Amino acid sequence: MSLIYLDNAATTAIDREVLAAMRPYLEEEYANPSGAYRFAGITHDRVEEARAEIAATIGAEPREIFFTSGGSESDNWAIKGVADSLRNKGNHIITTKIEHHAVLHTCEYLEAHGYEVTYLDVDAFGLVDPAQFEAAIRPTTILASVMFANNEIGTIEPIAELGRIAHKHGILFHTDAVQAFAHVKIQVDEMNIDLMSASAHKLNGPKGVGLLYIRKGTKIETLIHGGSQERGRRAGTTNAAGIIGFGKAVSLANARMEEVAAHEAKLREKLVKRVTTEIPYVRYNGHPERRLTNNANFCFRFIEGESLLMLLDQEGICASSGSACTSGSLDPSHVLLAIGLPHEIAHGSVRFTFSAETTEAEIDTTVDTLKNIVTRLRNMSPLYEDFIKNNKEN
Amino acid sequence: MSQVTEYSEKVMDHFKNPRNVGEIENASGVGTVGNAKCGDIMRIYLDIDENQVVKEAKFKTFGCGAAVATSSMATELIKGKTVQQALEITNKAVMEALDGLPPVKVHCSLLAEEAIHAALWDYAEKNHLVIEGLKPPVKDIDETEGFYQTEG
Repeated sequence: MSLIYLDNAATTAIDREVLAAMRPYLEEEYANPSGAYRFAGITHDRVEEARAEIAATIGAEPREIFFTSGGSESDNWAIKGVADSLRNKGNHIITTKIEHHAVLHTCEYLEAHGYEVTYLDVDAFGLVDPAQFEAAIRPTTILASVMFANNEIGTIEPIAELGRIAHKHGILFHTDAVQAFAHVKIQVDEMNIDLMSASAHKLNGPKGVGLLYIRKGTKIETLIHGGSQERGRRAGTTNAAGIIGFGKAVSLANARMEEVAAHEAKLREKLVKRVTTEIPYVRYNGHPERRLTNNANFCFRFIEGESLLMLLDQEGICASSGSACTSGSLDPSHVLLAIGLPHEIAHGSVRFTFSAETTEAEIDTTVDTLKNIVTRLRNMSPLYEDFIKNNKEN
Repeated sequence: MSQVTEYSEKVMDHFKNPRNVGEIENASGVGTVGNAKCGDIMRIYLDIDENQVVKEAKFKTFGCGAAVATSSMATELIKGKTVQQALEITNKAVMEALDGLPPVKVHCSLLAEEAIHAALWDYAEKNHLVIEGLKPPVKDIDETEGFYQTEG
């Protein structure tokens, strides 16, 4: 049985070209780039080239790019670092209810340490309202953090507008762009972004490397103390191979961004059309247009997400769910609850996320399989039984 | 979905090939427990003969893999038992029969025990019987309309 991998928002396969670009720096060119010998100089130069290459794609300067271990570290650094450095200016942070846990739990941590956090609501599509955002700003507000695109439902937030409002009030603006970076065009100046988190493994790069863009002049404390790597602001031996791979992945993703987006959009259109016309009692979540091309999220009524995922897995199809059972908590996805879905409907959610490698045949197989599984689980569902009986009586 | 990989082979077997799925028409007792809000609803149908022996058991479940597997196992365990023996099927017995459950899924086995008790309570009420040690079930079902496009 061949694997149909539709969980690319969780992680992606490393591109062969990326792996090939990394290999020499794990094997023969293994030097620590901080070394004072010529052997280290080669690796050092390649790391700096990757930094410059990545910076150019978002209209930043190379010295505004700081490499980290990944998206979670970048989010932690941006939020804790700014909160710490601006403690004398204020203690209020604005974020949203649909952020990744790397942002939400960091904010909750700060709340336990004397900070105040506003968690903005979103509309039924998952969009933040700029007017509501502006109304939440207080004299003590020091930072706003709004994700570029949501990891569960794919909705793309009005980042440029929110950044403009933040700047109008003299507030730093951070965006968690882990799902969006190198998938959609991002320009830090035009979009009024001061800090931006990204991760390599979401764009066919290696795991364990990410970045934080920090606009020059931004006051931010260090999170990882130690050696003088990353111009003394992020300690730890430079992950040279990872960074070089990240650079390669970003340049490949940028070169084929439009082509991949068109491919994914076509697949998504097919998936959404088939699922919503061939399966009854289904809801397509997220914004119809303002969303990542590789994301489709559905709720199937009367059934529970984990059961659905397990049966898809039996057929070799990998997807994910916002059901409580898959999160290890009793509550379903905070994102689906924030867009106004009742618990019982949020439990029946499934997310499919594609890549450039996903084929139309895979989408067809997935829909065919899904139809059988949904029917099977509904026939087992007491909720469906009651629904059918009530419909007959009425 | 970390828990899924922690499921025992028996749980996977009962999830993939659930025993006794369905309904019993004019059942001697039907019990529905759980709450859609929490993601689990179980319904157990029992056919009990005049000697108070469970002849047939069926179930319907909305829930995760463990919820399906515990319902399936509970219906297997109850078949052939007397009402009094059926009352003694605990969540622990269901779990043991499945070679255990991941800690976050233990509540599913409690739900299976409650579903059996609810079905027995229904049987007792219909037949004006008092079953020693049986408590009335808590019905707590919550349904939501209007969030789906209907056909097409």
